[in-house]
Amino acid sequence: MPARRKGNHRGLPLRKVRFMLTKRVIPCLDVKDNRVVKGVNFLNLRDAGDPVELGARYSDTGADELVFLDITATIRSRKTIVDMVKRVAENVFIPFTVGGGIRTIEQIDELLRSGAEKASVNTAAVRNPNLLAEAAKRFGNQCVVLAIDARRSKSRPGHWQVCVKAGSEPTDIDVVEWAVRGEQLGAGEILLTSMDADGTLAGYDNELNRAVSDAVNIPVIASGGAGTLGHLYDAVVVGGADAVLMASITHFGNYTIRQIKEHLRDRGLPMNL
Amino acid sequence: MIAVIDYNVGNVQSVCNALHHIGCEAELSRDPARIERASGLILPGVAAFGYAMEALGSAAELVQRAAATGKPILGICVGHQLLFERSCEYGPHQGLGLVRGTVAPIPPQQTVPHMGWNLVELPQDMGLFSGLGPAKHFYFAHSFHVQVQDPQAKVAYTDYGFPLTASIQKANIYGVQFHPEKSGEQGLQVLRNFQAICEG
Repeated sequence: MPARRKGNHRGLPLRKVRFMLTKRVIPCLDVKDNRVVKGVNFLNLRDAGDPVELGARYSDTGADELVFLDITATIRSRKTIVDMVKRVAENVFIPFTVGGGIRTIEQIDELLRSGAEKASVNTAAVRNPNLLAEAAKRFGNQCVVLAIDARRSKSRPGHWQVCVKAGSEPTDIDVVEWAVRGEQLGAGEILLTSMDADGTLAGYDNELNRAVSDAVNIPVIASGGAGTLGHLYDAVVVGGADAVLMASITHFGNYTIRQIKEHLRDRGLPMNL
Repeated sequence: MIAVIDYNVGNVQSVCNALHHIGCEAELSRDPARIERASGLILPGVAAFGYAMEALGSAAELVQRAAATGKPILGICVGHQLLFERSCEYGPHQGLGLVRGTVAPIPPQQTVPHMGWNLVELPQDMGLFSGLGPAKHFYFAHSFHVQVQDPQAKVAYTDYGFPLTASIQKANIYGVQFHPEKSGEQGLQVLRNFQAICEG
């Protein structure tokens, strides 16, 4: 399917048409050795509890969705993650995405069959873009999330480079171009993490969010950097994101999901409350 | 007992989990004897239409036969789409033909897939929505939608720039485009209502 990139008379991209669709608040649970952890700029991990317990708490307190990322993502951790997904699915009745180390259609199938709503792919899609197309054809593109770890390019200002292997390996792929290609291949959603902002609590990279959300027609989840309620609002209004992902500010009790949603609703955004 | 049709497509377990959570006896099965014995059937679905129809295989006839006997049947997401006559997702495909209508892509002016929580206007004469009030948010995740052409079907809509079919009811045939098993408390209520319909 060709990307639908339309322009108005000034050549600016048309805003996506979203009728009544609420903006989503999505806590992200980074999982390592069966524990939720959270770091800063992908380093210095801090323990945040049991993934099933924390997931159920978020589900019961009004989160719209959850994302679980297996940050060990080794062959050995696969079985642990599948077991965790099964336990999460017994206790969580909102959609959840699972990512981290997914390489094959069979792994996606196993996660979806275990109760995940969507699977997110990152490194494997960069290595083998056809994985996105195959997964979309088999499961429908709403099950396929393209996760992109983005880092501001030092050599090309106003550009970001795609990083793989949990952010450890920069590539020379441009983030916006990769997002557009991902949509063409069949990704149903983009989980866009700013590595520069991640864990800093200093706000999302909204230039990045805006660049990607203007270039694609699929929902963009802004990730990395949420520290205040205002940051979440800005990701939607300034960054053009359809959903906001956060970890530190909700895991460690700074804000409840309800406070977040009420804040966004009171500032005029459509929320599921 | 409600039989959740097992046809090897993603996420059937979530429906069973939600049914167990509300205290409903449910079995994942494609065994003709089980399906015969069940008080109601659920046709779940996370897949592309053609793949789902192919995976359903011989179970398609079991569902059609159960429908003809008046057994309550609930299609969810792609399972809801399968209730209709045909789809054009990745080429033309025949559906179960229990309700007249076709499955078409969401118009490209809208963001596709339609993914997230959208507000559904709930007609008070549709059994699935008992006790839920005039409107509720439900979780949607799909790229195709149903164009209902059946005068006997009741339809509930959500607004996605056009009236998008969120749910249908035609006699004993029920369909929801959204995921009740992933729509929090209001979704669980839809499943409780279906359970009551099956037991009624």
